[in-house]
Amino acid sequence: MGRKTQWTHKHLIGLSDLTREEIELILDTAKSFEEFSTRSIKKAPTLRGKVVVNMFFEDSTRTRNSFTLAASRLSADVIEFTKTSSSVSKGETLIDTARNLEAMGVDIVVIRHSAGGAPKLLSRSINACVVNAGDGYHEHPTQGLLDVYTIRQMRGSLEGLKIGIVGDIAHSRVARSDVYAMTKLGAQVTLIGPPTLMPASVCDLPVKVSYNLDAVIEELDVINMLRIQFERLGGNPFPSVREYSHFFGLTMDRMQRAKKDILVMHPGPINRGLEIESEVADGPNSVILRQVANGLAVRMAVLFLVTQASTLEG
Amino acid sequence: MEILLDEKQLGQAVARLAELIQSDIPSKTQIAVIGIRSRGEILAQRLIKALQGHFTYPVLNGTLDITLYRDDLNRAKGAPPRVRTTEINFDITDKLILLVDDVLYTGRSVRAAMNALTDFGRPRMMRLAVLVDRGRHEYPICADYIALQADIDPARSVRVRFKETDNEDRVIVE
Repeated sequence: MGRKTQWTHKHLIGLSDLTREEIELILDTAKSFEEFSTRSIKKAPTLRGKVVVNMFFEDSTRTRNSFTLAASRLSADVIEFTKTSSSVSKGETLIDTARNLEAMGVDIVVIRHSAGGAPKLLSRSINACVVNAGDGYHEHPTQGLLDVYTIRQMRGSLEGLKIGIVGDIAHSRVARSDVYAMTKLGAQVTLIGPPTLMPASVCDLPVKVSYNLDAVIEELDVINMLRIQFERLGGNPFPSVREYSHFFGLTMDRMQRAKKDILVMHPGPINRGLEIESEVADGPNSVILRQVANGLAVRMAVLFLVTQASTLEG
Repeated sequence: MEILLDEKQLGQAVARLAELIQSDIPSKTQIAVIGIRSRGEILAQRLIKALQGHFTYPVLNGTLDITLYRDDLNRAKGAPPRVRTTEINFDITDKLILLVDDVLYTGRSVRAAMNALTDFGRPRMMRLAVLVDRGRHEYPICADYIALQADIDPARSVRVRFKETDNEDRVIVE
């Protein structure tokens, strides 16, 4: 299946641009990187001499370290770039910063930015490969990929699975990338949360919407609990944290009513006791740490594929 | 197209390869047969079948994908190669590794395979078995066990076809 699909993109901006076959190609490639962690020397010379810059205009631990480790396992050199310790704090524009880094011979720019569309803009302005590590409320493609990778690893396929994504959908780039990846791979996705945290654009997505977690939890095969992003919430989307927890938190109580083998996912970082109870996050249904481990393999695959595609232009 | 080995000759070639290996490697050796994807993988499985009973210890089997170690990765020439899985579910340290590939030509695949393998551990010894050595190596690499030696023009390609993947057993030159 998909054997003849060839990867031709030198940038990874979002999963909405990709076909099912292309997503599967990334997942299959990632599969090859899974055994790396078991080797005595966890490194291959594949990207030797390539330079990856991590341009993170927003905080991150998981994604950033995962990209750094992925790049170093493929023998690339990594430059870490942060907003506060760079000339961005002196007023340099994004494109100028990137062009300057490119002048030093950077081959891949991994970018996280609070403005949706920043990676796309960058990909038009520089020659290096651009990989989106999360842009505004737009997409977080590698998170979407590692989520479907994890589900596929646990269930073999996403075909026909019922997946619930719970929480702050409006401010979630993870939800968006998840929806594209999951539905393209044949799953049925229900977005669940209070109406105040549903984006207006939700009707454009191939999903169902529910404002009542209790009404749908019994039918779910997979549940992805999004983090309440206090840093992005404006106004008063819900009366209190306790009330949110009461209606949308994944508690042991709710787990009793879910399918016995439901997969519990969370993109991290967890607000323990808020969107998910500790006992659930650390419980037998949780694949949260598996998601993190798989993120590494998926990012290795992405770095490998975009650099290979960039040689096509010669 | 020219047939280098027909079905019967291919079977004999594998048997000959197994004989060469048996007469050279003592039966008390801990041996692991590792095939290079994808035809080397099938050849390795056939060799293990042919070697049955010779070795005291169970013969281990692994498969190696060398894509990440290729020396032509960053040279423009068509779509990116497919990376496939490497499956070596045992410790190779202190074992005799019999590396298996269908055709030895430039020696570049074997170089990549050796580099990949040493990332898994430190084998006691490595040996190379190939079905066809078509000569004109570009790297200083020779096989230890060769079923068929032939000098093939560089403009032509040697294709080993196995029933498992190609619905027929034969070796052709195109």
